Amino acid sequence: MRIDSSALADTVRHASASVSDSVHAAVSNAAPGQGEKLDFGHLLDHMKNSQELEFPGGHLELPHFPPIQVGGITFDLSISKHVFFLLLSALIVMLVAVYAARRNRKSSVPSGVGNLVEVFVVFIRDEVAVPNMGKGGLTYLPFLLTTFFFILIMNLIGLIPYGATSTSNVSVTAGLALVAFIMIQVAAIRAQGLKHYLAHLSGGVHWALWPIMIPVEILGLFTKPFALCMRLFANMNGGHIVLLALIGLVLLFRSPAVAPLPVLFGVAINLLELFVALLQAYIFTMLTSLFMGFGMQSEHGDEHAEHAH
Amino acid sequence: MEANALAYLGAGLGAGLVVLGAAFGIGKLAAATMEATGRQPEVAGQVRTSMIISAALIEGATFFALAICIILATK
Repeated sequence: MRIDSSALADTVRHASASVSDSVHAAVSNAAPGQGEKLDFGHLLDHMKNSQELEFPGGHLELPHFPPIQVGGITFDLSISKHVFFLLLSALIVMLVAVYAARRNRKSSVPSGVGNLVEVFVVFIRDEVAVPNMGKGGLTYLPFLLTTFFFILIMNLIGLIPYGATSTSNVSVTAGLALVAFIMIQVAAIRAQGLKHYLAHLSGGVHWALWPIMIPVEILGLFTKPFALCMRLFANMNGGHIVLLALIGLVLLFRSPAVAPLPVLFGVAINLLELFVALLQAYIFTMLTSLFMGFGMQSEHGDEHAEHAH
Repeated sequence: MEANALAYLGAGLGAGLVVLGAAFGIGKLAAATMEATGRQPEVAGQVRTSMIISAALIEGATFFALAICIILATK
């Protein structure tokens, strides 16, 4: 027992000595000319938006349009990497949906791609739309399905080599959240009527408290889509940062001995990312339908008892 | 320089604290869900759905705090 533990201690000491040696080597290698930081910076560039499209043979410069001035705001509408993959995933969603619909109409028993799409459609209808919004929610089913498939394809494209995750750009998720915000308000106004919708903003309390309640309720309208935006953005970025940190270990140690760790963990994180891509698309859709359902439930009376919180 | 260093320190500490809180909350949530599923396996689907919703809401609050950390770190 004693021999074992001392041998173990020796091994640990050797290992830590070699690790600290390689750290020292890495740090001393990072002397001015060689730029250790530059390598890391290049890794992070992979996550950023850029005007270049990378593919196995090299890279392609994407078109750059001059910015447009509307009022005091400047809009740069040039096609960047993220915009390219956003448009590509929109195209994929359209083509797959049309193909699946055609295929399912032809035969009564769905198979292949038609079957795959139908599984998701039925899942969103029966597990997301109807439980959260009731039968009236079926009106908004096309919107929920579009959101789900669009986010799913955008997330998955980022996992393909040379692909980029559009949803890891905060502007993209903010746009998605803006659409969700508009749909939540539209659903609430259509279900309750404009009068009840505005009355709900006062929280149903005595008028003397309105100066407090109305700003709080209005703020509450905006925090939900903001959380949607930040959640998708942070989740899609998080996995990539972990992957880059693992790959960064190779650059840090400059030794093939550390290779097994990044490879094993990289594969595991990639598999986790596959799950997260699906989960985040589901959660975005789920929460959107939940918030739409909150606004729609008030039509069943006693809205103030339930919502005056 | 000094102020920058303090901002980085604050961001790092803040991120760590946020993750502690969120992990504790979601862990409790998962434990309760598993207990409920064990007692009544027939409502597992409903319990899982409400767990995902609550977990997502906790996560939302976490991201608000993380956004502050990111702002501090990129100042």
